[in-house]
Amino acid sequence: MSGITPDVVEAHGLSPEEYERVLHALGREPNLVELGIFSVMWSEHCSYKSSRFHLKKLPTEAPWVICGPGENAGVIDIGDGQAAIFKMESHNHPSYIEPYQGAATGVGGILRDVFTMGARPVANMNALRFGRPDHPKMKHLVQGVVAGIGGYGNCVGVPTVGGETNFHRAYDGNILVNAMTVGVADADKIFYSAATGVGNPIVYVGSKTGRDGIHGATMASADFGEDSEEKRPTVQVGDPFTEKLLIEACLELMATDAIVAIQDMGAAGLTSSSVEMATNGKAGIRLDMNKVPCREEGMTPYEMMLSESQERMLMVLKPGKEAMAEAIFRKWELDFAVIGEVTDTRHMVLEFNGEVVCDIPLGPLAADAPEYERPYLSKDEYKAWAKVPALSGVPEKTDIRADLLKLMASPDLASRRWIWEQYDSQVGADTLQLSGGDAAVVRVHGTQKALAISTDCTPRYCYADPYEGGKQAIAEAYRNLCAVGATPLAVTNCLNFANPQRPEIMAQFVGCLQGMGDACRALDFPIVSGNVSLYNESKATGGGSAILPTPAIGGVGILTDYSKMATIALKEGAQKILLIGANPKVGPEIGQSKWLEVCCGKEAGPPPKVDLALEKRNGELVRQLIDKGLVTAVHDVSDGGILVAVTEMALAGGMGAQLQTIAFEDYVDSEKARHAWSLFAENQGRYLVTEPIDSHIVEKLANDAGVGCCFIGWTGGDAIRIGPDEETTVAEISLAELREASESFFRDWMEV
Amino acid sequence: MSGFRGAVVTFPGSNCDRDMAVALEEVSGEPAIRVWHGDADLPDGLDFIALPGGFSYGDYLRSGAMAARSPIMQAVIAAAGRGVPVLGVCNGFQVLTESGLLPGALMRNAGQNFVCRTVALTVENNQSLFTAGYDAGAEIRIPVAHHDGNYFADEATLDRIEGEGRVAFRYAEAVNGSQRNIAGVLNEAGNVLGMMPHPERAIEPAHGSSDGRALFASAIRSLVSA
Repeated sequence: MSGITPDVVEAHGLSPEEYERVLHALGREPNLVELGIFSVMWSEHCSYKSSRFHLKKLPTEAPWVICGPGENAGVIDIGDGQAAIFKMESHNHPSYIEPYQGAATGVGGILRDVFTMGARPVANMNALRFGRPDHPKMKHLVQGVVAGIGGYGNCVGVPTVGGETNFHRAYDGNILVNAMTVGVADADKIFYSAATGVGNPIVYVGSKTGRDGIHGATMASADFGEDSEEKRPTVQVGDPFTEKLLIEACLELMATDAIVAIQDMGAAGLTSSSVEMATNGKAGIRLDMNKVPCREEGMTPYEMMLSESQERMLMVLKPGKEAMAEAIFRKWELDFAVIGEVTDTRHMVLEFNGEVVCDIPLGPLAADAPEYERPYLSKDEYKAWAKVPALSGVPEKTDIRADLLKLMASPDLASRRWIWEQYDSQVGADTLQLSGGDAAVVRVHGTQKALAISTDCTPRYCYADPYEGGKQAIAEAYRNLCAVGATPLAVTNCLNFANPQRPEIMAQFVGCLQGMGDACRALDFPIVSGNVSLYNESKATGGGSAILPTPAIGGVGILTDYSKMATIALKEGAQKILLIGANPKVGPEIGQSKWLEVCCGKEAGPPPKVDLALEKRNGELVRQLIDKGLVTAVHDVSDGGILVAVTEMALAGGMGAQLQTIAFEDYVDSEKARHAWSLFAENQGRYLVTEPIDSHIVEKLANDAGVGCCFIGWTGGDAIRIGPDEETTVAEISLAELREASESFFRDWMEV
Repeated sequence: MSGFRGAVVTFPGSNCDRDMAVALEEVSGEPAIRVWHGDADLPDGLDFIALPGGFSYGDYLRSGAMAARSPIMQAVIAAAGRGVPVLGVCNGFQVLTESGLLPGALMRNAGQNFVCRTVALTVENNQSLFTAGYDAGAEIRIPVAHHDGNYFADEATLDRIEGEGRVAFRYAEAVNGSQRNIAGVLNEAGNVLGMMPHPERAIEPAHGSSDGRALFASAIRSLVSA
């Protein structure tokens, strides 16, 4: 009767073994609507079938965690009866196919995850990875993604305050677009998704349902074949204006006591929202498909259930509140329809034209869902497969002037001004610090508090050593939050990997998660929400390549008094520049450094190691220095090492610096005189701070805390000067030249 | 000033309405009155009306075009005619040109991209009720954030508004391709100001510039002396 052939099953992305599970769950053959629902609910995107086993091992708890993974977003306590709600999510596959709409709807989706829980979104962030700038598609992709993120975020009026952008050939055929939203709510007004109360009305609000995005979740769960261009119709189209109205209408309704449960319709639309609400509430659900607001005539229940039309929400209301709720949504010119009710059957029943077109037992839909413990390579096997070249033939001294200019103009380190000027970063009038510093900082409206947010990951480290790379991603987020003076609280993540059915890719996934877990435990920095994006590999561009393992981390921290916030800009001349976290026992870690890649043409060696105990101690000291107002500028040392960090501080402040290598080579290089290594190594857990000339407290406090600290030079002048001591100059690069180098990359690429 | 009655209009898609209300409250010490676009009438006895930034009706059709036809705009036009100060910022400026209260139009930025940054402006006319708190020729720093801020009018109109001192602010740097770098324009009577930069985002030290404060303070002070 239903005509479910093996071809139809395969077209829905289900394996024969998974189809057997469907038959078992239902106890009969499904019809097409039911098959469609199983296919999206059991897609990698919705079911986490390859990742769940390992995700369960991540630390998710702390006294300040109100809600960890499993809901729409994570919730943490930020004091004074307020909560921060946040999550990061990928929109990689759609963005490669149609960059503007792919990125725009990525922003829209993550915003809904946050305001559906009762928060007003206060900040957007993003983590972007692109291929080689000279790849024929890349300029178009970068322009489209940036315009799409801006087009959506600017219109809804949520400031886009920061993010990160990297370029590597491994992303030529599979760019990554990860969007993060942070919102603020009253801690006693958090909304969850569990549908309860038999007979309570189920209400559909927002935009009408169209035929767009059907099977987006299934698409996002497969490799790109040769036909990715043909997948364009599966990309949804965003309408940020409707989203803005939806935010205001939902928040207005949330201020009343009418809502029992609420869930946005994201990937797999009406299917996943209704299934999740009923499952979480241990209830059943009955929907009348004739009542679903549709954009086009003649839509079938199959299409309605699988549509990924944007800007829609599903709610369970308390009985008798329908009229009041409808008035609010009508005022905001949005659709509002009662489409069903909560039942006690534990079945999802769909009716259309008076007939039951779907009847799925929710227990088995969840219980029989596939979960794979996919095989993965051991550490040694992975090493043999990854073939990371050993460090050899690395020069110890080079033309530092030429190298610094080259680094500052390189795609990963150049100024991102071209990108972030396209984002409204100021709307809300609470943005205190922007992209370009270590973390973005946004004031909690009407208070002295501020949230600090940072997105971080160093994929080349993760490839060379997944475990250390995973640790480093968490540690860098922690460090960036500390560097503005914020106490790190919790993490969201977006785990972007290639095909998990390949044991080497699964080894990357498992290794990164182990590293992340260890770092989160050591730093009291739990993971409260996240998203997994697998199958990021492509045959479409002739690359046949997997992406680098990219577990993007979004860290959130709190400043209790924003007036104490630190920034990276050098403020005054004749101040001491100190290196915090210098560890004389470890030589310069030059492996996988930006300098090695950009200036020596090598992607070689092990990545730097993170000592988690030191990381914590160093971070605590830096926060203490900032809280007591003892330092005038702070910057973490990351890509490009000490010299790039100093240069970034100098450019931000419009003031130069003079580095005296004799003063610090004892601390950074046991063999001394390997100046290039000392200046460009990417040893972890380090910060640069500046201290007024007549103050001598920083070194003392560092000694007391058991944290390495050494003088490296002075602020002042209009150049970066490097020499062994004050009298001798080995290299001198004017700020004007450095600024030109930094600005040149995007300008020359985009504006000519 | 006690008893100051400033109103902020919210259109569907306005997103700087709260920021504008906060700025008015911060400078005046009085709560801002929020007005819904669908209302036919303004509250009585208003001293000041602000049309905020944002994307009214999604900027679909043309920025500000649909909001300019909202029921409330008839009341705003009437109030402007009676001399009530009206400030339109960003999308509010676009609504003012679309509703005919100000000359010219705001086109897509010359660079085609959205632009958000703090820019330098020159105060061209410090005789208006909005600008009396600045020194003539002063350079101030105010953030912009817009996609359609490229001010256009024909040469005769430009010559006329320049001659009448109706260019309130001019960009001191290239921002969006505006004719003669015009950033803010006054109506003939001087009680309606439209500007692309956001003075409500430059009110306190935490904003990085407080140069917008004098604009609100001037308008409020002018009411005291009136």
